[in-house]
Amino acid sequence: MPIGAVALPASAAATFRRHPLVLRYAPVVTIVLALLVIWYIAAILMNLTLVRDGFEREETPYTLSDLIQGTMSAERPLLPAPHQVIAAFTDSVFGYAPTAPRSLIYHSAVTLSATLLGFLLGAVFGIALALLIVHSRVLEKSLLPWIICSQMVPILALAPIFIVVLGAIGLQGLLPKSIISAYLCFFPITIGMVKGFSAPDPMQLDLMRTWSASPRQVLAKLRWPSALPYLFASLKVAISISLIGAIVAELPTGGEAGIGARLLAGSYYGQTIQIWSALLDAAILASGLIGLVGLTERLVGRRMGARP
Amino acid sequence: MNPRQLRLGFWLAAAGAASALLLPLSDQAAPSLLARPPLLALAMAASVLLAGAAWRGGGLAVALGFAGALCGAAVPLALLRDPTIAGTAAAGFWVMVAAVWLAAALGVMQLAVHRPRTKAARRLLDLAIPLVFGAVVFYLWEVLVRGFGVPAVILPAPSAAAARFAASLPILAQDFVQTFVRGVLIGYVIGCGAGLVVAIIAQRYDFFGRGLLPLGNFFSALPLVGVAPIMVMWFGFDWPSKAAVVALVTFFPMLVNALAGLSASGHIERDLMRSYGADHRQTLTKLYLPAALPFIFNALKINATLALIGAIVAEFFGTPTQGIGFRISTEAGRMAIDMVWAEIALAALAGMAFYGLVALAERATTFWHPTYRT
Repeated sequence: MPIGAVALPASAAATFRRHPLVLRYAPVVTIVLALLVIWYIAAILMNLTLVRDGFEREETPYTLSDLIQGTMSAERPLLPAPHQVIAAFTDSVFGYAPTAPRSLIYHSAVTLSATLLGFLLGAVFGIALALLIVHSRVLEKSLLPWIICSQMVPILALAPIFIVVLGAIGLQGLLPKSIISAYLCFFPITIGMVKGFSAPDPMQLDLMRTWSASPRQVLAKLRWPSALPYLFASLKVAISISLIGAIVAELPTGGEAGIGARLLAGSYYGQTIQIWSALLDAAILASGLIGLVGLTERLVGRRMGARP
Repeated sequence: MNPRQLRLGFWLAAAGAASALLLPLSDQAAPSLLARPPLLALAMAASVLLAGAAWRGGGLAVALGFAGALCGAAVPLALLRDPTIAGTAAAGFWVMVAAVWLAAALGVMQLAVHRPRTKAARRLLDLAIPLVFGAVVFYLWEVLVRGFGVPAVILPAPSAAAARFAASLPILAQDFVQTFVRGVLIGYVIGCGAGLVVAIIAQRYDFFGRGLLPLGNFFSALPLVGVAPIMVMWFGFDWPSKAAVVALVTFFPMLVNALAGLSASGHIERDLMRSYGADHRQTLTKLYLPAALPFIFNALKINATLALIGAIVAEFFGTPTQGIGFRISTEAGRMAIDMVWAEIALAALAGMAFYGLVALAERATTFWHPTYRT
């Protein structure tokens, strides 16, 4: 009888440790917990003097536990504790009607519409540019270096002028912000798609030639399908950049609504908790948008017969 | 493009340059080119050169065409000094501009399909084409803005921005030091250095690394510039808050890329290091880090643009009264758009120089990588 057949039952702790779910998520969970603990400790340390000054100004006697409790619930802390941020976040999401100017849903919707419009413009422009570059050697040689240079221009610095210029022409509101988003996010798409459209190897292109396919047919039947993985990889990068663009474009306009406006207002009035909850909101939006692109990628992949 | 089309194009350009002599230059009463002898000579030289290009065709046509375009380009620039033409330019003026544009475009197209034999010539050509292209774009911008009389508030001519740039060098230097040297460079070094160190630690301790990688990916997709107001609150209005934002923004891309790079070395190389009895430090400096260099430089390049954006955005939340972002927002508020463009040119030049330096360092240190080993 082989020895392996009577393997000793492993101890419960050991099987637990080798469970695939544990192997996969234990490190992440550990680090997130560690970060939370560090955050709490930092919150206590950073808010300590603030709270102590408060007690001493009112000349009330206080103990250490009073101090610590104070750091956890200060109104304008230097660093709010995580639970304060989450409480403020849920309050401003669920506490008001979605159209009220204090509701984060309202502000998210404003930023999200600028993000999505900018993303759409940027994606269309980026793909069109990539198509032109792939089909014309002149443009590849003359335009591509300038596109790369254009990214060295800190475009967010241009945001104020864009707003001024477009305002002078009579455009206001959503479009200027979207244009800034679009300018920021077209670049990864163009670069990715130039790579993607030239991904088919010469053999496949030769085959299309022997079938006397027109350039349009080559594009539809060969270049597009082989560019799809590149498309989604660059769309994921682009949509997070687009969100950054929309948020930052709301700053110099002194925008009345949107996540950027919440950040600006929070910094003017020292409402730290408001800033942090807006940041949390932005983080959730970013991961949601990226998740959405990922989902689309999987659906399209399945449609086109990709194996998981 | 076939030779016939090329010659036809040059004939068109020559005809345009010649017809500029007869058509009116301005909506207002302005003397025509025939009354301005030096410009008349230039315009005639342009049309003769372009006609020569069309007649000869082939390689010489490109040289003749560029010479003609250069002669022709001087004419509208000189005409714009006439106040009766600037802002109210008419058919004769625009025909000349179109001829210059057509000749230059034909020349660039010919250059782009030309494949020189030697490597040096090819490199020179790769540099020359975008430069000519850029020069044409800037020329058209200048001539269109001044010819149509676009108000400077909407879009100033590049020459106006350049004049302002030259006139306000001290202010620009001050802003450059404040934003770039203090904010961007210090934050960049801290952020990239910290990202690299954490990546090395994470690679050493597998558990830590596996926890950190998904988090790093998550954080590098977040709009981290949003922490700018918090950093301004913590570190004050001066450059430390900008450096902090830059450090935070550059940290995660470096962490993620360096982690990927450190695990890029193959099993065989690692086994070889083992068989040499190398300790971890030796393996790190002789195998892991060199193998990770392409990835690290990738992050350094990504971060070069992110850093400048981060610093400028942080300046929207409060600055001492200097800095690129501060100057841009105040000057835009005062409608001094030429100053804004001068600052943008400064930021662009700084960004390009920064990126160029990183790219040069990459070439010098990763010369062994397949992408450079041609």
